[in-house]
Amino acid sequence: MKTNRFQEFITKYIFRIPEEGTSPERYKALRRNLIILMILVTVIPLSLMATINYYQYQKNLRDEIISPMNVMTNKTKRTFELFLEERLSTVRFITSAYSFQELSDTKILNRILSVLKREFDGFVDLGVISNKGKLLSYAGPYSFLEKDYSQQSWYHKVLISGRHISDVFLGYREFPHVAIAVQNLTDPNSSWILRATIDTKKFDDLIATMELDPECDAFLVNREGILQTNSKFYGNILEPCKLSIPKSGQGTYVTEGEDRNGREIFIAYSYLVEPEYILVVVKPSSLILKTWFTFRTEIFFIYIASVLLIVLLVYKITDAQVSHIRKADEKRELAFRELEHSQKLSSIGRLAAGVAHEVNNPLAIISQKAGLMKDLIESGSDFKEKPKFIELTNAIINSTDRCSTITHRLLGFARRMDIEYEDLDLNDVLREVISFLEKEALYRNIKIELNLDENLSRISSDRGQLQQVFLNILSNALAAVDDNGNINIRSREVDEDTVEVSIKDDGCGMSEKDLKNIFEPFFTTKKGYGTGLGLPITYGIIKKMNGTIKVESQLGKGSTFSIYLPKIPKKVLGV
Amino acid sequence: MIDIRVLIVDDEEELAATIAERLELRGIKAQTASDGDAALSVLKTDPPHVVVLDLMMPGMGGLEMLKQIKSLKLNIPVIMLTGYGSKEQSIEGMNLGAFDYVIKPCNLDDLIAKIHEAVKNK
Repeated sequence: MKTNRFQEFITKYIFRIPEEGTSPERYKALRRNLIILMILVTVIPLSLMATINYYQYQKNLRDEIISPMNVMTNKTKRTFELFLEERLSTVRFITSAYSFQELSDTKILNRILSVLKREFDGFVDLGVISNKGKLLSYAGPYSFLEKDYSQQSWYHKVLISGRHISDVFLGYREFPHVAIAVQNLTDPNSSWILRATIDTKKFDDLIATMELDPECDAFLVNREGILQTNSKFYGNILEPCKLSIPKSGQGTYVTEGEDRNGREIFIAYSYLVEPEYILVVVKPSSLILKTWFTFRTEIFFIYIASVLLIVLLVYKITDAQVSHIRKADEKRELAFRELEHSQKLSSIGRLAAGVAHEVNNPLAIISQKAGLMKDLIESGSDFKEKPKFIELTNAIINSTDRCSTITHRLLGFARRMDIEYEDLDLNDVLREVISFLEKEALYRNIKIELNLDENLSRISSDRGQLQQVFLNILSNALAAVDDNGNINIRSREVDEDTVEVSIKDDGCGMSEKDLKNIFEPFFTTKKGYGTGLGLPITYGIIKKMNGTIKVESQLGKGSTFSIYLPKIPKKVLGV
Repeated sequence: MIDIRVLIVDDEEELAATIAERLELRGIKAQTASDGDAALSVLKTDPPHVVVLDLMMPGMGGLEMLKQIKSLKLNIPVIMLTGYGSKEQSIEGMNLGAFDYVIKPCNLDDLIAKIHEAVKNK
């Protein structure tokens, strides 16, 4: 149902084209529909592509940031783990390799420490602690002998798991360090603990190897959110971290978020197994956003420019196409109308010829009988009504003459007789025709003005037919103008192949409706005395001569008939 | 001045008879024939000075008639009566040796003038 209604809407309001004719609305609708269709067809894929590009690029850009961050964080985490593991195994090795007695000897312990310091970075001191938590022997820069560690948390953790790497703490030393402690359990009754401390400066060195940009940050934090190294933006060592780190399992993750200062950031984090640190790397989004904004602006402008270009092109192309179609339609319509007209002319012509032929013989008989009557009356003896009878027979003869003129015209119209071409001067023909009508013009005080081009080329045409053409048009002009009116006759060269004769009058003119019909046979505005054949005959003759006739007329202002004739008709050229 | 005798050949007998009567009134002896055969028999028995021949006739057409007259080699001039719309036929007739033509419905004075001319040129 919905689809149907949609279709109905589309066909009713969008793709509705008036079916027939060459009305402007039809072409407006056609143009509108073509434009809509073409814009849809081009802009939809373009928009799709732009959108896909937009999201694809965004994704790519993120990936470009995220995966290196991920790799780097992961690598650094492994470095940390390796570093601590190495230290732990060293301490474990010492615990296993030396006996309690040996390690209790401060001298030996000092020697071991000096070797450690030489071979491994970061060791600060070494101490042996009894199972009661008391420091029994110590090698290092401080004097902690006899210190009791039994209350410290790392000590308890060692007792539980046998070894422990502590979080960073200040402890008795008052500087941040990490304790690595390993319990020796060879004698279950008298276990002892070897404890080494490591300077956290080494952590900073490891972070520095990441070579981060100044806007970026990287630090270690423990599970409780206490910073284990200094952070550029989120607090100093042993302070709570000002950035909340998401909880997660093993592995390295990258998320997007916002810090307390409102900076858009990418956070890469990775949980270490032992100790329970989290390595955090922070990169501000603005770094990629800059590239992103550039891209977005670019894609936006390209998109808008493309759409504008498409619309402009579509508009232009459609305009050209539609006017092309329109011209073709009009041409077809015109050709069709002309064909229709000429067919009508020829069928009416045949009909008229038949009638004329049939009427001609009776007319001849009437004419001859009347003539005979007149002869008889004239030669016979006088009687009372003799003059009246002669008058009557004369009237009959005149009427039959008029009838025969009409039949001759009808036959002339139908005959389509061959044109006999001769070389002639159009101006001469015009002057001959005008000489026929001069008397009437003079009588009615009508001014016939001649604007003849004296250098007009001679043309090949039929003198008799042209006389008929000009006579018809001039007779109409004389009929159209009032007494004291004006008729202007002009001849001129149009181009190297064509000449033009125009006959203009300031008479009554014609309505648009009449103008459409003037070449139709038997159409006449001269009520009662027009045959309606003059202009159809004229039209036919001019067509046969490969010429054209154009009429302009305004009701009340006058008419202009323009006749264009080829200097050499196609027939003569043998085309 | 000799009496001029004319044969009018036209299927419209009324027309032929009327023209004949009018010619008689003007001192020209006129006979009529309504078809080709009748005309030919008159030509053979009593040849006139001039033949006035309608070109539009049923049966033997005017032009065919003209050919037959010419084939008799009687040296009789033929004036054709033609309709307005048959200029081609008139031209053909002239080519076949007709003396002249008159367009119907004709003016009698024109016809008489042409008859006299034909007799003079004979």
